[in-house]
Amino acid sequence: MADTPIDRVAKATPPTVAAKIRGLSDRTIAWLFVAPTIFLLLAVNIFPLIWTINLSFTNFRANRPTRDVEYVGLRNYERILTDGDIWLTMQATAHFLFWTIALQVLIGFTLAWLINRKFKGNDLWTTLIVLPMMLSPAVVGNFWTFLYQPQIGLFNYGVSFFTGIDPASFQMIGDVALAPWAIVIVDTWMWTPFVMLICLAGLRSIPDYIYEAAEIDRASKWRQFWTITVPMVLPFLMLAVLFRGIENFKMFDLVVQLTGGGPGSVTELTSINLKREAFEKWRTGYASAYAIILFVTVFGLASIYVKALNKVKER
Amino acid sequence: MKTAKLLAATALVAVSGLSVSNAQADELTLCWAAWDPANALVELSKEFEAEYGHTMKFEFVPWPNFADRMLNELNSGGKLCDLLIGDSQWIGGGAENGHYVKLNDFFEKEGISMDDFAPATVYAYSTWPKGEPNYYALPAMGDANGWFYRKDWFEKPDIQAAFKEKHGRDLAPPKTQAELLEIAQFFQGREIDGQTRYGASIFTERGSEGITMGATSALYPFGFKYEMTPGKYDMEGAVNSPEAVAGLEFYKELYKTGTPPGYTDSYMEQSLDAFKSGQVAMAMNWFAFFPGLYADPDVGGDKIGFFVNPGQNREASTLGGQGISVVAYSDKQDAALDYIKWFAQPSVQKKWWDLGGYSCHVSVLNDPSFPDSAPFASDFLLAMDNVMDFWQEPAYAELLLAMQKRLHDYVVADQGTAQEALDKLIEDWTETFEDEGKL
Amino acid sequence: MSSYSITEPSSRQKWVAGTLVIAYAVITLLPLVWILTTGFKSPVDAIAYPPKVLFEPSLEGYVNLFTTRTRVSPEQLQALPPPATWYEEIVRNRDMVIAGPSRYGERFLNSVIIGFGSTFLSVFLGTLAAYAFSRFKVPLKDDLLFFILSTRMMPPIAVAIPIFLMFRTLGLSDTHLGMILLYTAVNISLAVWLLKGFIDEIPREYEEAALIDGYTRFQAFYKVVLPQAATGIASTAIFCLIFSWNEYAFAVLLTSGTAQTAPPFIPTIIGVGGQDWPAVAAGATLFLVPVMVFTILLRKHLLRGITFGAVRK
Repeated sequence: MADTPIDRVAKATPPTVAAKIRGLSDRTIAWLFVAPTIFLLLAVNIFPLIWTINLSFTNFRANRPTRDVEYVGLRNYERILTDGDIWLTMQATAHFLFWTIALQVLIGFTLAWLINRKFKGNDLWTTLIVLPMMLSPAVVGNFWTFLYQPQIGLFNYGVSFFTGIDPASFQMIGDVALAPWAIVIVDTWMWTPFVMLICLAGLRSIPDYIYEAAEIDRASKWRQFWTITVPMVLPFLMLAVLFRGIENFKMFDLVVQLTGGGPGSVTELTSINLKREAFEKWRTGYASAYAIILFVTVFGLASIYVKALNKVKER
Repeated sequence: MKTAKLLAATALVAVSGLSVSNAQADELTLCWAAWDPANALVELSKEFEAEYGHTMKFEFVPWPNFADRMLNELNSGGKLCDLLIGDSQWIGGGAENGHYVKLNDFFEKEGISMDDFAPATVYAYSTWPKGEPNYYALPAMGDANGWFYRKDWFEKPDIQAAFKEKHGRDLAPPKTQAELLEIAQFFQGREIDGQTRYGASIFTERGSEGITMGATSALYPFGFKYEMTPGKYDMEGAVNSPEAVAGLEFYKELYKTGTPPGYTDSYMEQSLDAFKSGQVAMAMNWFAFFPGLYADPDVGGDKIGFFVNPGQNREASTLGGQGISVVAYSDKQDAALDYIKWFAQPSVQKKWWDLGGYSCHVSVLNDPSFPDSAPFASDFLLAMDNVMDFWQEPAYAELLLAMQKRLHDYVVADQGTAQEALDKLIEDWTETFEDEGKL
Repeated sequence: MSSYSITEPSSRQKWVAGTLVIAYAVITLLPLVWILTTGFKSPVDAIAYPPKVLFEPSLEGYVNLFTTRTRVSPEQLQALPPPATWYEEIVRNRDMVIAGPSRYGERFLNSVIIGFGSTFLSVFLGTLAAYAFSRFKVPLKDDLLFFILSTRMMPPIAVAIPIFLMFRTLGLSDTHLGMILLYTAVNISLAVWLLKGFIDEIPREYEEAALIDGYTRFQAFYKVVLPQAATGIASTAIFCLIFSWNEYAFAVLLTSGTAQTAPPFIPTIIGVGGQDWPAVAAGATLFLVPVMVFTILLRKHLLRGITFGAVRK
């Protein structure tokens, strides 16, 4: 970097002298700089949140502006929590969350570990592997319905190529038993690179001297892996799980384009179900209560998880 | 200076427009579904543009997204559409929530009489409450769910012989739902011209309205009704009557034993695909597609035949079709009304039918030459005599979603029995009507 | 890595690891290659069985993407003057004529307008806020920062309910302005968190020196900090742009025509009789390629961007 006059002064001047400033006071500038952001977030996030809480106690319907709005107390919440169909969508979401995270952690970590063998050209391949996760989930999801076509689809053809199963004999998104896996596969395809990148950062943060010390102690590679690699990467891995967990709990675009929640309701995740209640059935009050329940769930689970994450980090 | 010149030029154009019509020239947007008849309407509307000086823009949305997007647009008070050709079931909501302009005064002023349109279409596409003389749309496109089949296969001697041997009667377009099933099963998996063929392509789509429109084509002829007494919302014994249960079980059997594999989420496009690619002997679809099918170079002409939805315990067809409405949020309502006035003329209606649109005007339908004007024209008249429609309540979307779910869960996802599906449907609907204060 | 290290993997290990990673990369990229190539297939080749790897390239998908067409009878076709352009010729070969342009161009343009508009706004506001959080004592700083982050936890559909009502009341439904404001609000949390990290890394001494030189605080920010943060600002901008570019849930619920972006539009591209896969693939390709290019440009800051600055390589 060039040695500019400012750099020279910077090196020569003790920081304490900086106290005297002309123009606007720091406090005013801080205020001025932060206010627009806070204002925007208040207007587009907090105000709507309060509005949603208010609506959740009513029978309001956004498509019936002329109808009288009544306060119904906790009835919306009661209806949601006792509705068997909503529990089914929760189960579908849980299945999706569990398997996407499990597969992504497994494959992502393995990939990162392999890439960390520092073979020639690993940077290039890493960049290529990362591509799917940056793309529009809706557009990608839509195209996957084509890849999943029985017989002509690339996926079915690939499966048949490796296993010999007739590519016309199974349909990933039309079959009740396979559809929940179809969405898991596409999400895993998209987001494994995310877990991989974070794990890779974790692996690279482990200083070589720890392994060198272990070598001197004659610890086996296997032992080194479980006593050094895994614990050191764990905070990173947990962070990746947190991000994937929150994202997939909110999952909408990819799955709505892939299966639309079908067949029947086997892939109707909570966000898709909520969309039906709010923007197809227009039960706004009811859907608001539903939204609040989801928000509290994510927020609650995330807070507990972050506490656990901090404990792991402190170790 | 440049701006001034431009303004002058614009003014000049506007003035020259005035010579044709003394209203201001507007750019109107008409919203409809993206399908064959929409292209015909674009063609037809060129005359309107020439006559009135307004320019027409079109926003055509594919069927699977049509209801979702347009109802969202109306509910958000959007100004995208000046004119909307909305589905028949939207009329209740359009009227009660003030999305559509009430057209009675306008009709009276312009001398447009609803008696000039087929009564079934006026009832279904224009009135709210049902049958009352309050008009929120002009019948634009008559439609019902019908069937078409591979006439060339039906006429093959070896196939005819095989069918006769198996069923003891001649192979011909079915007269009852039971015959339809027999024929579908007969073709299922049969080898014709070296390829495996299947029975029929039917609607099973989950996302919008597909499976409801398909299944009701069996439910209505079997005897399914929405209410015991019209207007009383007493669904017990109507929705889940033994006939309705039999009808639903029938539809599932047809799906399981007479349709090509992989059609678990199929609606209009997929039905057309299956038929055009030679996969199926028969297919259900809206009459709107029949002109295009008949003209198809591969499967049209001599190779295709049409039949009305077969009866069982009674004759009935599922209603499709739309009326054209003026959107209340539009800033250009006068120009939009011009369009409706123009569209209602008998000469325009005649041309509409010629181009492939289904006119509802009696001068077109009652014309003695109408039944012979197309191979499906007489079937269309037959179908429109016995049409039944889904709820047209303001809460229609909610009612439809419940039915989509219950039907798809039972027919495609194999959950529970037909009786349970219909019983649960009554529960869902009761809840909705209670919320609405109608029960 | 010139000196021998016992932690350096053996060359055999490297070889095995390299092969496995490359195999994974090839499989994972196949769907993307498939999108790219399907765009250049004819409709018949696109649905051929077995899937065609070698095919005669055709621009029909791209022509169909940008036009609307109507079918005409062979007699009508005969009566028409010969096609004036190569794309008309492609359409005529299918017994159709071009009826007009499709909506794809408009939707793509909407994506560009809304994407750039919201990116500019969120980076602008985000830089100011990030600077303040980085350099000044802001009361309740940690709480505010956490609050800014927490706005990202809510499912978009849940947020969309009141936003829908708000937009309807304010007349912002289906407008560019509405979508720009909304995406700005969503992106700003990312912008603040990322930029705070970048600005934290710029030594305070630079500004303090400038202040002594007689710069005002604002001048110091403008003339010293901003140039130093340029790379960070650029990569933050790209992340914001990619988010707005890819966003679907809000777009599908809050726009219908005027301001509709490409993601809700592309899945609705339907040809005459069935989904026109080459056209969908062409639309997807044009839409996805910019992001792929950005991803490659961004690779150094990728990790930071996707983790809100929580992990810095």
